[in-house]
Amino acid sequence: MSVPVQLEAPTVSGPEEGPERSDFWVYLARKVGAAIVSFIMLLVVGFVIFSLMPADPVSALTRGRPTSDAQMTHLRHELGLDKPLWERFLTFVGHTLSGNLGYSYEYHQSVSTLIADRLWPTLLLMGTSTLISIWLGMWLGIRAGWHPGSVLDRSASAVSLALWSVPTFWLGLILLVVFGSGSVGGIPAIFPAGGMQTHGTAGGLALSHITDVAWHLVLPCLTLVAVIFAQYVTIMRSSIIDERGNPYLLTARAKGLRDEVVRRRHAVPNALLPSVTVIFLQIGGMIGGAITVEVVYSWPGLGYLTFSALRIPDLQLLEGTFIVFSAAVIVCNLFADLLYRALDPRVRRQ
Amino acid sequence: MSTTEQTPAPRPAPDPGPPVAEKAPSRLKPVGRFVVSVLRMPSGFFGVLVMVAFVVMALTAPLFIHPSDLEVTKATGPLLASPRHGYPLGTDPAGRSVLLLVIWGSRTSLAIGVMATVLTMVLGATIGLVAGHYQGRTGRLLMHVTDWFIALPSLPLAIALAAVLGQGAASITIAIGVTSWTGTARLVRAQTLAVEARPFIERARALGATDTQLITRQVLPNVMPLILVSSTLTVASAILSEATLTFLGLGDPTSVSWGSLLNNAFMQGAVTGGAWWYLVPPGVAILIIVLGFTLVGRAVEHVLNARVQPR
Amino acid sequence: MTPGALPDAVADRRTPAEPLLDVRGLTVTYRSGKVPVYAARGVDLTLAPGETVGMAGESGSGKTTVAMSLLRLLPADAEVTGEIRFLGEDLLEANWARVRAVRWAEASVVFQGAMSALNPVQTIGDQIVEPITLHERVGEKVARGRARALLDSVGVPSRRIGSYPHELSGGQRQRVMMAMALACDPDLLIADEPTTALDVIVQAQILSLLTDLVRERGISLIMISHDLSVLASTCERIAVMYAGRLVETGPSRQVIADPLHPYTRALAGAFPTLGDPASRRSPGGLAGDPPDLREQIDGCPFAPRCPEVEDRCRSGVIPLVTHGDRAAACVHVPGYAEVVADG
Repeated sequence: MSVPVQLEAPTVSGPEEGPERSDFWVYLARKVGAAIVSFIMLLVVGFVIFSLMPADPVSALTRGRPTSDAQMTHLRHELGLDKPLWERFLTFVGHTLSGNLGYSYEYHQSVSTLIADRLWPTLLLMGTSTLISIWLGMWLGIRAGWHPGSVLDRSASAVSLALWSVPTFWLGLILLVVFGSGSVGGIPAIFPAGGMQTHGTAGGLALSHITDVAWHLVLPCLTLVAVIFAQYVTIMRSSIIDERGNPYLLTARAKGLRDEVVRRRHAVPNALLPSVTVIFLQIGGMIGGAITVEVVYSWPGLGYLTFSALRIPDLQLLEGTFIVFSAAVIVCNLFADLLYRALDPRVRRQ
Repeated sequence: MSTTEQTPAPRPAPDPGPPVAEKAPSRLKPVGRFVVSVLRMPSGFFGVLVMVAFVVMALTAPLFIHPSDLEVTKATGPLLASPRHGYPLGTDPAGRSVLLLVIWGSRTSLAIGVMATVLTMVLGATIGLVAGHYQGRTGRLLMHVTDWFIALPSLPLAIALAAVLGQGAASITIAIGVTSWTGTARLVRAQTLAVEARPFIERARALGATDTQLITRQVLPNVMPLILVSSTLTVASAILSEATLTFLGLGDPTSVSWGSLLNNAFMQGAVTGGAWWYLVPPGVAILIIVLGFTLVGRAVEHVLNARVQPR
Repeated sequence: MTPGALPDAVADRRTPAEPLLDVRGLTVTYRSGKVPVYAARGVDLTLAPGETVGMAGESGSGKTTVAMSLLRLLPADAEVTGEIRFLGEDLLEANWARVRAVRWAEASVVFQGAMSALNPVQTIGDQIVEPITLHERVGEKVARGRARALLDSVGVPSRRIGSYPHELSGGQRQRVMMAMALACDPDLLIADEPTTALDVIVQAQILSLLTDLVRERGISLIMISHDLSVLASTCERIAVMYAGRLVETGPSRQVIADPLHPYTRALAGAFPTLGDPASRRSPGGLAGDPPDLREQIDGCPFAPRCPEVEDRCRSGVIPLVTHGDRAAACVHVPGYAEVVADG
């Protein structure tokens, strides 16, 4: 058995530990730095909107309540509104970073407490909806993209377009009126008409509590999924369509693999790479949907809190929720960048 | 099977579908030919039909809707009644005909949608042109700002803006404009870069053309078609945004729009009362018009792309 | 399927009576748009066990189309007619399960451009093991052992078995493609432009590796290239294609030294032979473009560009006419008229 003499230069790159590790830290530092800059810009925008724009925050606060001029001056002083701009901004930044997001005069609680209380329901709703949407979107998107122009593909596109063209909250209202009111077409009220749990039931991790919450979660989750899964279908579909043209799939077929195996073992892992990060980037877009769904179903999360704050309007609370939502998106984007690097063997090298 | 040829034999370009540009009679001016091409596509035809129908309905509404039909205090119909003779879509809790309300609501919804789109286009196109033209630090800074804005969740920002600016159509319009300009800005910037890479721009510059002249005379005409496509799709999303913001209570409480109808329905217990006739029509109206604008946008895009590719 | 040359008795018995590959009247038409594209017309090809054939022609000549059609690897819009008999079995008539079983186990492919022909997110080890575990009932460990041996046999250190394609050089990737192609001990190897995009020194190494491997294991080879000199050094026979038709076949040395068809002559002139300084100075290149395959061509497809064209070239069918162990589809070959008259 003859072995040809190796005349080639050594390989361009080989799997080594050292350089790869330090590359990663540089990458991490760069991305975290960018996230921090984004956060600072967020604080600036938040400050501009909530502290600079309102004509007089104090009159907004005391709307509807008889207040003397002296009381208003006193309030202004308390809120630090008589200090120079830059000082107010720095105080604002300092407060925010230390977790002090202000005080809600309506609820007589600190904004951070209010937000912390409502965080879990929102996470539950968004988390469950995201998982279901990803699964559904991937399942449908992969198959639609593998056979573009097929009946499945065209129906998926049509349904996605229709669902995108209606407001999320309207979808929620319709589902609620059909399945939650018991007054339409003889359909009984299968699901509760709102809220997260039935009044008076035991809390904690009791099975009855979990099923109760799950029962209340069905319609809001369904609504949110209906609106966002279409995006995931599109993402997966275009990913797969991009992959379909690649030569390595022909190699896989030439090996004698069946169509489903070629799709599953070769096309999907490659198509998944760009999709995974886009999925995280979509979370920002989902927040709007989550807010309206919470409002429709009276789901006691951050979205409903924002809505309540609107009615008054409680500017401190609104500012708090705005910052929390936006900061969450910044974190998700950062996570998406890091995840992509961790998954793609090619990107790891850079 | 979806294999690819390694060294493909020359094959004709894939069939793009419905017949396009060159079938239109050449005696029409370019604009006329363009419109005809769009109408020849089924999506374009349906979309334009819907657009025209709604605009006509909105504009002519005052002719057949009497102010008293809309006044809460003057309504004479049965309260929150399901569809029946005389009230094809039933009535609201005050006894007003839902059908008339929906027709009247199109005026505000369309108006805000269009105004917000104009604002979005102006904002986005300006930023895009500047970022694309001044490619140095200004351009890069603008792009960083744009990227940052894209990452920002739009509804919380829109809510914040509208809440701070106070209830009303103006604040909603501004809120939508501020949260929607990024897409247009990116598109316009990319197109500006593409146009400015062409040799005639260098020549014009060498001949002494100022920045403003370059932008307005050379770049802008090339960017307009793109803006056109982008604007139809923007109107669609602006109408959706208006409905959402009004539903959340940020709109003018006295004006009737689709969003305000749904807000009223929600606040007044139409859900638990099972008053589906109050809930369904505004949403269906939104669905139809958003589909209409989206389809027109896609048809226009298709026609424009087909012209660019040689046949 | 056994490596090494066949015993003479068996070889003698097999060669004339049972060719490994017998293709008759292969015609491929693409029907994706309104106008059909005639990519290959009436191609006949026969291959004996252990024989090596090179398919030459410029881009669009149909050589890749023909090669890919052998294992039915063309897209769904390709209409393939004729007969493709592999070890006596017509693959065009066989059902898909049978075709998939034949793929790689009995005939495999080395694709060009190994960077994109290899899955970027799978290690080369996994990609070599995959067909082994698919076609043969062996366990993962045994398969990996064979993969290592294969890598060694192509000159890639077996410790690289866990590398990803982008971590290897172009030449190494091509070697991996060859190792992969040999994984199931096929009877036939189809190499599609195996050396394009490699530099000259690496090209020579890859070619000599390919020749050695194929000879040791008694594998038949179909090599596709637009470079006649590459084919001449690797293959016993050459088949020249133009506009989807076979225009000349014959032993490679003779085809290069004394081409019968004007197109072959032009092709041979376009590439200087390694080691022959005179050929570099001779005028190469061909005026004009290949014909549009959407049209049904009357007469010889090379007529518009042929320096020896006559009126009788432009109409009728110019068949591939055998002259001894060579064949050419040209009216100017001495003896053409007689052979055609004889029928």
